[in-house]
Amino acid sequence: MTKVLVVDDSNSIRDMVSFTLKSAGYETIEAKDGQDGLSKAQSDGFDLVISDVNMPNMDGITLCQELRKLSSFKFTPILMLTTESSGDMKQRGKAAGATGWLVKPFNPEKLLATIKRVVR
Amino acid sequence: MSIDLSQFIPTFLEESVEGLELMESSLLELDQESDSETINSIFRAAHSIKGGAGTFGFNDVTEFTHLVETLLDEMRDGRRKIDQDDVEVLLDSVDCMRLMIEAIRDEVTCEDDKIAQTSILLEKTLAISSHDSNKSVAADSDKIDESARTALCWQIRFIPQHHLVQTGNDPLLLFNALSDLGELSVFAKTDDLPSLSDMDAEELYLTWKLELISDCSEEDIKEVFEWVEDECELIIEQKPQGMVVNENVVNVNEEEELPSDKLSNEIIPSSGEKTLETKTNDSEKVATKAKPEVGSIRVGVDKVDGLINLVGELVITQSMLSELGNDFEMSKVERLVSGLEQLLQNTKELQESVMRIRMLPISFAFNRFPRLVHDLSKKTGKEIELIISGEQTELDKTVMEQIGDPLVHLVRNAADHGIESADIRIAAGKPAKGTITLDAYHQGGNIVIEVCDDGAGINRDVIFAKAVEKNLIDAKDVLSDSQVYDLLFEAGFSTAAEITDISGRGVGMDVVKRNIQSLGGRIQVESVHGKGSTFKVHLPLTLAILDGQLVKVGSETYIIPLIAIVESLQVESDLINRVSGDMVLYRLREDNVPVLPIYQLFELSAECKEVDNALLVVVEADGQKVGLMVDDLLAQQQVVIKSLADNYQQVDGISGATILGDGSVAMILDIPGMIALAKKIGKENSPSIIQDSIGENA
Amino acid sequence: MNIQELAKDIPVEGEQALEGIDFITNGEQYLTFVLAKEQYAVNILCVEEIRSWENPTIIPNAPHYVKGVINMRGIIVPIIDLRLKFTIGKPQYLETTVVIVLTYEQDNKSRTIGFVVDAVSDVLNADQGDIKKAPSFGGTMPHHYVEGLINVGDNVVTLLSVLALQTIEEHQRHA
Repeated sequence: MTKVLVVDDSNSIRDMVSFTLKSAGYETIEAKDGQDGLSKAQSDGFDLVISDVNMPNMDGITLCQELRKLSSFKFTPILMLTTESSGDMKQRGKAAGATGWLVKPFNPEKLLATIKRVVR
Repeated sequence: MSIDLSQFIPTFLEESVEGLELMESSLLELDQESDSETINSIFRAAHSIKGGAGTFGFNDVTEFTHLVETLLDEMRDGRRKIDQDDVEVLLDSVDCMRLMIEAIRDEVTCEDDKIAQTSILLEKTLAISSHDSNKSVAADSDKIDESARTALCWQIRFIPQHHLVQTGNDPLLLFNALSDLGELSVFAKTDDLPSLSDMDAEELYLTWKLELISDCSEEDIKEVFEWVEDECELIIEQKPQGMVVNENVVNVNEEEELPSDKLSNEIIPSSGEKTLETKTNDSEKVATKAKPEVGSIRVGVDKVDGLINLVGELVITQSMLSELGNDFEMSKVERLVSGLEQLLQNTKELQESVMRIRMLPISFAFNRFPRLVHDLSKKTGKEIELIISGEQTELDKTVMEQIGDPLVHLVRNAADHGIESADIRIAAGKPAKGTITLDAYHQGGNIVIEVCDDGAGINRDVIFAKAVEKNLIDAKDVLSDSQVYDLLFEAGFSTAAEITDISGRGVGMDVVKRNIQSLGGRIQVESVHGKGSTFKVHLPLTLAILDGQLVKVGSETYIIPLIAIVESLQVESDLINRVSGDMVLYRLREDNVPVLPIYQLFELSAECKEVDNALLVVVEADGQKVGLMVDDLLAQQQVVIKSLADNYQQVDGISGATILGDGSVAMILDIPGMIALAKKIGKENSPSIIQDSIGENA
Repeated sequence: MNIQELAKDIPVEGEQALEGIDFITNGEQYLTFVLAKEQYAVNILCVEEIRSWENPTIIPNAPHYVKGVINMRGIIVPIIDLRLKFTIGKPQYLETTVVIVLTYEQDNKSRTIGFVVDAVSDVLNADQGDIKKAPSFGGTMPHHYVEGLINVGDNVVTLLSVLALQTIEEHQRHA
């Protein structure tokens, strides 16, 4: 089963992303900030990482950078969840090695359709 | 296909409430020296609320919060200095957001003027006109293309840069996503493949020609590739249908020979045959409308673990007893007895543990006060500091919910009437800043909450005079200090020269007292004129359990709440005075305490019917002392309060019942109720006398 | 001695097992009981338990027919003596005296009350048609308590309304 790491400091967003993914048959693991996400990534493999940008302890951009340093995550799709659709955000994400972005407000159907670009 | 996320709304609302609390307490501390983490955490809280609100379509919250977030963003970036006026605007914004969240929770529309006003204020602060602000609201990126399109044949040339896969993107999966739009044919081109020795395994050397038959727009196609648009060359052309196929078939055949496990030239069928459906059926059944919250409690994992352990022990005891019972012989009686003792222990511990689940730290009630005092300070123009201690002290959730308002009133009182203005304070040799202290601690099975101020204290003479004026007492009456202070709790009492809107029209203190009493507690005042006052609120730890004194009257056992007992004593005959008719008064130090024979009140037979050598339990209620005559004092124990009203009805003088260790039922006495009952009987028997003597000993 | 075996024979907490009673019939079923020499019945669905008489805890200043409350598995249940309430016969509290515990539910609220009777008789099956209207005159029992009369052989059984029984009048202090 396709395994997804969901990283967000908001309980409700995490719950919803997880729920949406699970109902589509994905397996999910949740983390509450970048630090938590990184430690979970270090002990486990994932087919996809979905992460918020603004989080305490380690933000999403830094998480992305750190993940790319791990050999098991070199090619793993990492998507940033953001409310900003500005070009600036895109650039920061790409510079950190992000695969793509998902814009909040969060639409479950859109999420499922969009992640098909990077997972089965 | 729709996934209903409304089940997450309660979580979002709860989270938002917490986020707003965090914002408020952080804002109150925010000043020039605050570190970036503080302002960042405030920003994140607003950001989360905005995101969540957007997801559920709570657009008023989204729009408003966006303004707040923008302001906070400027502050955290350093583009804007942190200034107290801005903080005030933000505090008001938090109030508005709270109102909106509450409106959502209560399923009503929110129409408070404050929101509109604060919104305008925010915009002014940001110096954005409302016209512009709409632009910066996060737009839904769904593009709805309404125009009906006929199926077109799109020719797509996709030339990725070599390092594309290192971004985590996989061309095949992109094509997968593309195939959702229509019928897709994929042809790989290997023109750029270097020789094996020059090839870097982590790089991509292939390019593709794709053909998509779909009624989608060019935008739709571009969207699929949006994440890689900077890392590739994407050429999209429209070709009239029919022309294309042959030419490419030739190419395909040529390239089929190339060994390549990873890439295949399969023609990907259109999405109709895909098995990658989201399991919509399940999710439709699962989704239910968010039900109105019955109320929930957060319980620490440690408490739950403790419970699990206790239940485990209980199970062990049960199986031990069960085994004993299987093959029982009289020789095993001792083991049975010890097993039963063990059972008692387990049950007791379990009970205590479960009761403690309803216990929450009083910080939940205290946390509204920093803001309150901050606002009061501004409103009254006095400098007031709030010191909180004992916020970890735990009490029952329901008690805490109900003690909030009375405490607010006491704090308001302290700010309004207690603390003097700065100049008066300085003249009196006090620091200009007044201090209000909130403290909570456990004392003998109860919780005591203190509201303390170092203000003007209570002027006994003023109170006395006012009480005489209101005919509550007689000018000739001799009252102790505490009795005078108790007058503050009489209805309609207010000595403020002008009635301020902070403390109300003197309707406050009696309501406070009544609320506290209805929770089974009491309130006590201590004060030193000129130095300050302390209001002490005593509350039982839970509403369901009572510390009681068991007493015997005749063959009946009654329970007197310990919290009401002043003392128990053996009557000394010479301290008894008989007053007009049947009234018996007992001299207890300076007080004349009327004696209430329970047996008479309840029409029971009793052993002791004469006061002279009786046992008296002196209780206090409503500022009144009464001596209850009993036959015997039994144990003191905690009892579980059971309602009589459930299956029967309210009984005068009885507040509830409990089940004793032997399985029998015992009544719990309601002291104020008994006093009222006595008055009523007194009225029936001899109208003026008893009534007066009870009433006078206030 | 096997405790489990013994337990089967001994009624628990004064409970009398309603075994051996045929529950498969048409119409409704009623539990009949005796007050002095008269026969009464109540809908069996309301019968929660049948207990032997035990001394209840007195409720202060209650009407004389409210004997007090007992503890039934943690629930406080008031005990009302129907013989006193309806002034039927001379109440005695013997080993055979029985308390029928009735539970009635209305509007999501339920009330459980125990009624003291002289003895419990059979379970009666009766159709709606078997229930005859009671005469509108005579008798010490207020009419709203009586749902009707049922003929059983030579006897007449008075069917009581559980709802009426459960309605407790305002607690008055009796001088």
